[in-house]
Amino acid sequence: MSETTTAKHVSFLEYKGKYKGILGWIFSTDHKRVGLLYLYTMLVFFSIAAILGLLMKIQLIAPGYTIMGPQTYNSMFTVHGIIMIFIIVVPGLPAVFGNFFLPLMIGAKDVAFPRLNLASWWIYIIGILVVLSSQFLGGWPDTGWTFYAPYSFRTPANVLPALFGAFILGFSSILTGINFVVTIHRMRAPGMTWLKMPLFPWTLYATAWIQVLATPVIGITLLLTVMERVLGVGVFDPALGGDPILYQHLFWIYSHPAVYIMILPGMGAISEILPVFSRKSIYGYKAIVLSSLAIAFVGYFVWGHHMFTSGMSGRALYAFSFLTFLVAIPSAIKVFNWVATIHKGSLNLQTPFYWATSFIFVFMIGGLTGLVLGSLATNVHVHDTHFVVAHFHFIVFGGTGYAFMAALHYWFPKMFGRMYDASWANIGWATFFGGFLTLYLPMFALGLQGMPRRYYDYLPEFHTGNIISSLGAILMIAGALIVITNLVRSSRHGEKVTGKNPWGGRTLEWESDTPPTLENWDEIPKVTEGPYDYK
Amino acid sequence: MEKHEEHTAHVHRDDEGDKLGMWLFIFTELLLFGMLFLMYAVYRHKNPEAFLLGGEELDVFIGTFNTVILLISSATVAMSITAIQRGNKKQALVLLGITLFIAVLFLVNKYFEWGAKIEYGFYPGSDLLHELGHGTTLFFGLYYIMSGIHALHILIGIGLFIYVVWQIRRDKIHSTDYVWLENTGLYWHLVDLIWIFLFPLFYLIH
Amino acid sequence: MSEEKHHISSYKSHLFVLLALFVLTGASVAVTSLEMGPFNTLVAMLIAGGKAAIVLIWFMHLKFDNKLYAIFTTFVLVIFLLVLYVTFFDYSYR
Ligand SMILES: [Cu+2]
Repeated sequence: MSETTTAKHVSFLEYKGKYKGILGWIFSTDHKRVGLLYLYTMLVFFSIAAILGLLMKIQLIAPGYTIMGPQTYNSMFTVHGIIMIFIIVVPGLPAVFGNFFLPLMIGAKDVAFPRLNLASWWIYIIGILVVLSSQFLGGWPDTGWTFYAPYSFRTPANVLPALFGAFILGFSSILTGINFVVTIHRMRAPGMTWLKMPLFPWTLYATAWIQVLATPVIGITLLLTVMERVLGVGVFDPALGGDPILYQHLFWIYSHPAVYIMILPGMGAISEILPVFSRKSIYGYKAIVLSSLAIAFVGYFVWGHHMFTSGMSGRALYAFSFLTFLVAIPSAIKVFNWVATIHKGSLNLQTPFYWATSFIFVFMIGGLTGLVLGSLATNVHVHDTHFVVAHFHFIVFGGTGYAFMAALHYWFPKMFGRMYDASWANIGWATFFGGFLTLYLPMFALGLQGMPRRYYDYLPEFHTGNIISSLGAILMIAGALIVITNLVRSSRHGEKVTGKNPWGGRTLEWESDTPPTLENWDEIPKVTEGPYDYK
Repeated sequence: MEKHEEHTAHVHRDDEGDKLGMWLFIFTELLLFGMLFLMYAVYRHKNPEAFLLGGEELDVFIGTFNTVILLISSATVAMSITAIQRGNKKQALVLLGITLFIAVLFLVNKYFEWGAKIEYGFYPGSDLLHELGHGTTLFFGLYYIMSGIHALHILIGIGLFIYVVWQIRRDKIHSTDYVWLENTGLYWHLVDLIWIFLFPLFYLIH
Repeated sequence: MSEEKHHISSYKSHLFVLLALFVLTGASVAVTSLEMGPFNTLVAMLIAGGKAAIVLIWFMHLKFDNKLYAIFTTFVLVIFLLVLYVTFFDYSYR
């Protein structure tokens, strides 16, 4: 390939192939462009869903009708949930940073199936469009993102497009998973043994397996719900002999592992960032690898903790409670490793480091409150209250969201060849972090006092907590605005990065050009050292 | 604006990787059908009698016949790979032709089987099922869903085989490049695997 | 093309496998008429499991291919069976 010298050292952002302009992006099989396509799509839909969240918080600033009635509120938390779960956090880090950095970090030129990769994005877009078609096909669903039976086939609201769209989004996720497993097995650079592979690819590997093995479960479940609604087959409808609790089993057999699809790659990104900004090798590399695999495996058998009050047998209750406590162990191991990595490091206090350490903080709050929900007695008390809402926002938003932001700031110079504005980034982070805690911490208290989730109204005694929480929401959105504006602006006008490696990272992606060229490497690198050898 | 040189990139070929990809896809399929089997297990556990009676409504002969022809088609696909590996294009095409024929035959049988059942009054929402009660409704609901999704896979298999036959005729698939045939074969065996379990669970309940 | 040696199965071996599958199918139909109570289903599932194993090992080439596929397949089956088992913590004791 040495004759194609002109194509060399042209950044992938500037590269011009068969198609021009936007077509050069939406038909590009370059893993980096596909990653950015996901990033931009998510940015748009995150904004929409975040605004829906804000509107709900404004509704809750006072009891009774503030800005919307019950049906609108029901649709809002449904659409907020569907977008945030199926369109943002499930594809989340794998689709954006996995696509962009997996080949770079293992020294490959692309993923194993580049065309399939582009197809995943297209399927993702089609899935989104089908969900959005609700607007024109009879309005929005009001079932919550969980589509519980029998309500999902009894409600007069329009559920089919959302069910079908989520089904299609599942395909996109499965294809990404298949792609990554094959990429990691077949395309590591010479010398990169399994135990010399960085931790982000490792967590992607564990995640990809869950995508492959769990997503079909939600696929078939949603399809059956469609059939139930259209044909009245009877599989979930108690009036026809079906068992609605079986729907819940199937739904959570996917959706609990899906939580690990969301959080594992985030854990991987954090494990990349902390060593770089502590200038220390990661503490307990193997423990992190093993705990990732253990989480992926054990996480498969804990789904019942979402159903403690649904009417399962007593024995199932304590089996699931026990397994849930078991799966907390590998997560705790990771937290220990991260803290030990920072310990006595020579810290370089930059924005990615702030996001990463605040990740540990919020993830711990989310994890520990998860144990409150995993124990049977306390679960019954706080089930379906704001406590649960606060808990999973600490994990899904606090965990995945913070890790996403940490990763975005960390890899920003590599992706765009420019640096973000550090002071605005820090101000944005601080505002966001403050707003986040003000928003969600009071919800724990509200839940403990008994305020249920998914109601547009509440009793007067919950007023104070809701005012604080809603003000927190406004603060947090302001923070998010600062962060996003800064990043968008910097991607075009930020200071150009000179050199390949602004942070002094030791993993392979920092040895590629900034931004990388079309095929990443002139010559596939040879790996001789481990990923975190700081001397 | 100048256009950057078309990147003549290495055509990345990795048969082993392609096969791994296919296996992963098969795993998703296994879990998908696995969940249907799980539902079957739960509902049979709750309605043992009704499932027994439901099973007796199904025709053991046609079930066995479809099992046998599907097994034959699995063997012919496996043999067509042998033929391609040996460079025997003609034999491979004949064997795939038999497979295709059997796939269509299977669907034809299914069509008549379903047709007879529906005519008799066994279909979702029918008065007959309503009369026979919850267990039978569930049995036939699962029967239609599971054999229906299985039939859909047969249909996709037919499409794949047509593509593969076309590629063999154009010599795009040959003795040193046949991973497409291998993967289609794997897919077809998966379809057979599912049927191996559907058959006793629906037709041979006792 | 990779230089790896590919195992080529003979027609005869495929036909032999097919014969074994026929025998098991026959057995499966035959035992249905035996009165064994709950064991009927167990036997039917064991026979089906045997047939599936034969298809996996010979037709799907697990025996000759990279051992990785066999390991993964086993792993997937274990996960499925465990999910089934855990689900019946609920349904067996309700
Ligand atoms: Cu869970």
